[in-house]
Amino acid sequence: MSRKYLAAPYLLWALAFVLIPLGMIVYYGLTDSNGAVTLSNILAISSPEHRKALYLAIGLSLISTVLCLLMGYPLAMILASTGMGKGAFVVLVFILPMWMNFLLRTMAWQTLLEKNGVINNLLGVLGLPPISIINTGGAIILGMIYNFLPFMVLPIHTSLSKIDVNVVNAARDLGANGFQVFFRVILPLSIPGVISGITMVFIPALTTFVISNLLGGSKILLIGNVIEQEFTQTGNWNLGSGLSMVLMIFILVSMITTFITDKEEA
Amino acid sequence: MKKGLFCRIALSAVMVAAVGALTACGNKADDSKVYVYNWGEYIDPETMEMFTEETGIEVVYDEFETNEIMYPKVEAGASAYDVICPSDYMIKKMIDNDLLQKINWDNIPNAKANIGAQYYESSKEFDANNEYSVPYCWGTVGILYNKTMVSDPVDSWDILWNEKYADSILMQDSVRDAFMVALKRNGASMNTLDAAELDAAKEDLVEQKPIVQAYVVDQVRDKMIGNEAALGVIYSGEAIYTQRENPDLEYVIPKEGTNVWIDSWVIPKNAQSVTNAEKFIDFMCRPEIALMNFDYITYSTPNDAARELIEDEDIKNSEIAFPDLSQYNNLETYIYLGEEGDEMYNDRWKEVKSE
Repeated sequence: MSRKYLAAPYLLWALAFVLIPLGMIVYYGLTDSNGAVTLSNILAISSPEHRKALYLAIGLSLISTVLCLLMGYPLAMILASTGMGKGAFVVLVFILPMWMNFLLRTMAWQTLLEKNGVINNLLGVLGLPPISIINTGGAIILGMIYNFLPFMVLPIHTSLSKIDVNVVNAARDLGANGFQVFFRVILPLSIPGVISGITMVFIPALTTFVISNLLGGSKILLIGNVIEQEFTQTGNWNLGSGLSMVLMIFILVSMITTFITDKEEA
Repeated sequence: MKKGLFCRIALSAVMVAAVGALTACGNKADDSKVYVYNWGEYIDPETMEMFTEETGIEVVYDEFETNEIMYPKVEAGASAYDVICPSDYMIKKMIDNDLLQKINWDNIPNAKANIGAQYYESSKEFDANNEYSVPYCWGTVGILYNKTMVSDPVDSWDILWNEKYADSILMQDSVRDAFMVALKRNGASMNTLDAAELDAAKEDLVEQKPIVQAYVVDQVRDKMIGNEAALGVIYSGEAIYTQRENPDLEYVIPKEGTNVWIDSWVIPKNAQSVTNAEKFIDFMCRPEIALMNFDYITYSTPNDAARELIEDEDIKNSEIAFPDLSQYNNLETYIYLGEEGDEMYNDRWKEVKSE
């Protein structure tokens, strides 16, 4: 009985800052500026500009997610296999940059990548040709990977650490080689971590507007930028809400996937 | 506004749930504070400290980056400001939508005494009877270029379409300013509602996009100082500052004409303390305070008494800070275009950006 009351502050919080705002988004998304019910804000996703921005966002965030996975998985394995004390230290080093503000770190990349930025100056000193990656899709992908890689590594690391070392030993005992141990034992057991890693990278990458603004020079319009501009610049909250609801579909799909894999796990 | 009712109900529900539980303090008028909403880096912070020292009124200061970001926040009414500093066309929009209250000039004696009559005259374009706004800064929009990087003469917007400077051009990331450049270049009015003229401007902006390095707002300044770009569209007020930091930079008002703008103090309808707002505006209109702000932000001051106090003759008679506008043709001030007009611009801007 008393346990229920302990949850009350959170329930109040969730009501005030999750459910009511969500209700407002749905209300705005399904009405026009006169308050009449309409689906046009949601159907607006099919207009050429919006579709293009959505596809571009999906494309860039898919690439970032795959690259994060390819880099994050081996890293998580290294972290999990280092000894207890050392491993904790490496994890700390890894999380340390996250203590700094996300915006500042992204702006730092701007300074690094600029035409006369730090990287190009270094290349110049070494007699190498300059790179021009700033204000391109490549810079946005770089920014996404940099910002979201920890969200891939940490859940995988957690699920890898949970694997009983005896399971691996048993597989080896029964004659499995390193390759087989990885693909038939370790990888399947770490899938929940991989799934939640993918979700935690893909969703924020799909919806970001800050990274594309700062590193894309506002030349590349992602769906997140469109929504942000509807709220801050154009003042069309109805359209912004409608497009947000379309994005929520993606979030729901990935949440359901996570839920299903978690259930299978149990 | 129409979107208001549901919003207000929901917001009050949030307020009651969250704030009500924590504190009993409602939004009763707070006499010890003045809530100011101004452009980013648009005031000398010391003047606010001096204000607090003299009057005991604490200044709660918020910043916005564009008029378009400011407007929905004020319209939603969620945060009540006492003093705001929007630009001309936005002031008209706020007057039209009944968001501003008339100013009692008797309580702001410094405004009438120190601010030049011609600025009140210009203000009539958006504030017909000078009832709502006190001019704070004014200026033009032009091209800032780096003399070491640009070999051609810079006197026309055309140079922003010159492939020679590909990837070295900075455009403004705000719809009206971007379209102003394209429309003026084609000899059209920057307040046009002619679909054909707007389409032509849109096509030009699309054509220009591949050679644009980035669409930015406040960053033009830093990027030009850091030699990141050769040409940038910038507000005149930033020009003096950038020249101080990088002597290779030069500011030009293109021959096709440009935007002359005024940013003015206004008091919104839902201000909590009109008295404090008046005190704040009056304080900012004092010549020595206006001078401090001019020195700090380098945006042209309409405060004639302050201009008289400028010691550096070069600055006092600077063509950039205080241009003789009569020698330029086709200068215009933005006009509020109405919701449909805004939509014509916004839709096309979105097409440009998504190209």
